[in-house]
Amino acid sequence: MKKLNASVFILPLLAFFLAILIGGLLIAFSDPNVLKLRSDIPEMLSTGLSTAWEAYVALFQGAIYDPNLAVKGGGQGLYPLSETLVVAGPLILAGLAVALAFRAGLFNIGAQGQFVFGAVGASYIGFTYDLPPVIHIIAAITFGAFLGGIWGGIAGLLKAKTGAHEVIVTIMLNYVAANFLLWLLKTQAFLREGRQDPIAPEVLENSRLPRFFGEEFRVSAAILISVIIAWLVSVLLDRTTLGYQFRAVGSNSTAAKTAGMSVPFVMTSVMVVCGALAGLGGAINVLGAEYALTTGVAGSFGFDAITVALLGRAKPLGVVFSAFLFAGLRVGGQMMQARTDTPLDLILVVQALIILFIAAPSLVKVVFRLKNVGTSSGMAAKGWNG
Amino acid sequence: MSVELRSITKSFGSLIANDQINLKVNDGQIHAILGENGAGKSTLMNILFGLLKPDSGEIFVDGKPVKIDEPSDALASGIGMVHQHFMLIPVFTVAENIVLGHEKIKGLGTLDLADARAAIIDIAKRFNFEIDPDAVVETLPVGVQQRVEIIRALIYNAKVIILDEPSAVLTPQETDELLRVMKELRDQGKDIIFITHKLREVQEAADEITIIRRGKVVGQAKPTASQEELASMMVGRPVDLDVSKKKFQPGAEILKVTDLKVTDATARPLVSDINFTIRSGEILAIAGVQGNGQTELARAIMNLEPSVSGSIKLEGLELVGKTVRDSLHSGIAYVPESRELDGLISSFTIAENLILDVFDLAPNAKGMMLDLGFISSNSEKQVKEFDVRTQSVADAVSSLSGGNKQKVVLARELSRPVRLLVAAQPTRGLDVGSIEFVHERILAERDAGRAVLLFSTELDEVIALADRIAVMHKGSIIDIVPSDISRAELGLLMAGVKVKSA
Repeated sequence: MKKLNASVFILPLLAFFLAILIGGLLIAFSDPNVLKLRSDIPEMLSTGLSTAWEAYVALFQGAIYDPNLAVKGGGQGLYPLSETLVVAGPLILAGLAVALAFRAGLFNIGAQGQFVFGAVGASYIGFTYDLPPVIHIIAAITFGAFLGGIWGGIAGLLKAKTGAHEVIVTIMLNYVAANFLLWLLKTQAFLREGRQDPIAPEVLENSRLPRFFGEEFRVSAAILISVIIAWLVSVLLDRTTLGYQFRAVGSNSTAAKTAGMSVPFVMTSVMVVCGALAGLGGAINVLGAEYALTTGVAGSFGFDAITVALLGRAKPLGVVFSAFLFAGLRVGGQMMQARTDTPLDLILVVQALIILFIAAPSLVKVVFRLKNVGTSSGMAAKGWNG
Repeated sequence: MSVELRSITKSFGSLIANDQINLKVNDGQIHAILGENGAGKSTLMNILFGLLKPDSGEIFVDGKPVKIDEPSDALASGIGMVHQHFMLIPVFTVAENIVLGHEKIKGLGTLDLADARAAIIDIAKRFNFEIDPDAVVETLPVGVQQRVEIIRALIYNAKVIILDEPSAVLTPQETDELLRVMKELRDQGKDIIFITHKLREVQEAADEITIIRRGKVVGQAKPTASQEELASMMVGRPVDLDVSKKKFQPGAEILKVTDLKVTDATARPLVSDINFTIRSGEILAIAGVQGNGQTELARAIMNLEPSVSGSIKLEGLELVGKTVRDSLHSGIAYVPESRELDGLISSFTIAENLILDVFDLAPNAKGMMLDLGFISSNSEKQVKEFDVRTQSVADAVSSLSGGNKQKVVLARELSRPVRLLVAAQPTRGLDVGSIEFVHERILAERDAGRAVLLFSTELDEVIALADRIAVMHKGSIIDIVPSDISRAELGLLMAGVKVKSA
């Protein structure tokens, strides 16, 4: 029913390149070696350029293909790509949790907490019960998604029944989830035998997602599941009555109400679905890569998810692409830090700049002197009003 | 003072709102600018007042070229404007509103309103109208609020006053009063530029008429021209202003409303004591000045208002306390007051908008899944039947003109099996062609045996379509009268005066 508009890709892409460009300047001019050359401007510029170039090369090698590892043979050169895909899987699902909420006019900051509950659920089923293959995976994933759904649903229900703003509620629920995890890992049920530190037992063999290229490469069926779920979300949005209601309420809730739709129902159900998506992300992170629940199991997935959803323009396909991109930045950023002394924080700066440029499309338009590029009416700003 | 606009051109993207417009307003005249909605009248006046910048063209005041970049430039040149939507602060008094932006301060920074008061009283005396400088604006009737705007223009020595659709919010009596004030101003040497699409007012007050169509001046006319002549110039084709109506043949009672009361969140009544019935094949028009409870009444029938008491029975089925969905699915077609806000989702395609309240019913949906193939082919059919001018049903509904948007709403609502049509201000902001279409469609529904509840603030529309007229005033129905009532009586009812018919 919709025509694909090429121009919707242009703006995020330009925002990304602009952020990389400014990031490059920051790398160059925060480097002490570059700053030392202040008296010799041409030398300083060329050193700065090469510093930034080296950092970005390290970033690429750390994210996709590393020739230094390739000499070991056995496809080791692609180890970074495997790690990027490991991060991309949960990030896609968490990103979808934010993006879908955007489409229904809600700003789900709570993917982090929902992600935590998904990881807790999957981990618990994973190490507690001994179930047959496949069934164990399904049970663990389902329970993770279920807990995530409940956690998201709380925010939706509060918004629907009392008007409590979902931004505030989900932020608070993130704290609750994080501290709940800390407490949980100290309880008897989640304590690993022989360990005092907060780490849960590893999930059993049958509940682990199959890894494609041996145990050395952590890339697993998780990434496939994520991409399939992204496709299902796009089907949900475009082809189902529920998705139609999500979009209707998200675009114009007064008209949706006038047409007889129940806005409270939509708000609650969309947050349940979003919570389940983020929970699924937590589940596959445990079952595919981590195997054991730790305090850091959610990393910053739930927060990066917001950037991913924004850069992906709240569209499932866009989320998939931007999750790959961000996974690469994150994984590669560590290599960049290790090899070139460029702090990992710089990756955060690049992320922040991307959000800034996406949130202020007219800024990008001015920089590139664009006219009439589709901006989809300030998505970042809209979520707040929901 | 004379004002002249020479070859003014202004475009918004690909739309040329003003195309080489020439206009000369002579000293001491009421110059009417007549044109349909969207013809470019307001754009032209906003340029003259400095709110918009023309792409090209010049403005002359008393034969000398002037540069008007900001409203302050216009005021300095003696041009004042009264906007369609008043620029007043409701909780301020008349005097406070008038000094706004030009405040004088005395002593320890307190506001000095004495001069303003004196000036207001002086102007009121000179131009023969009544106003209390210390009245709070929100307590004043709309007609008086408008006068505050006029006084504001006069106090800053405007020689030319632009009035943008001034009668849109007034009762017929207030409109007559406004026309009298306009003539008074003219007789005392002010020039008036009067923007309108209402033919009767033009004939009554204007000295000269310029007609604008699609951004171009299409001609001048004298107020002695007939309504048909003026309308034809405005629309660009012969217009039949009479609605041909078939004989009134009412059938069984469809809707019965008893003792309906709508309150707001603080339990303050918005609408009360509403009693009426509508039969099949009958159009009951709810007339009244905007903001007298019509919106709330329509929304109450659709169950869109949260606190409603009393009874609304559709063919015996009680609707009070049910949901919006129940109202729609029990057989009510609803054309809401605001197409953009309530009737359509502007970012959705035309096809998606055509299923907004039937999206989950067969054959649009099979279980959880939308049948996109059926939805698309069915929307093609509806678009054809209701003459929606569009390239494709996959276009966003926001790309349509107002008239075509309204046709999409009508197509959706009237394609369902309904017994009652509730149409709230269905022709507001539409062009003459679309108004004709909407009127024909409403009459067709009546003749097909449906009951029609028509909310309209346009007196002409009410008189042309209604079989009976209920007049609302301050949230209640003040009287229900036959449609052959005189305009004057109807006007009095709208102002809240009930005359016992002898």
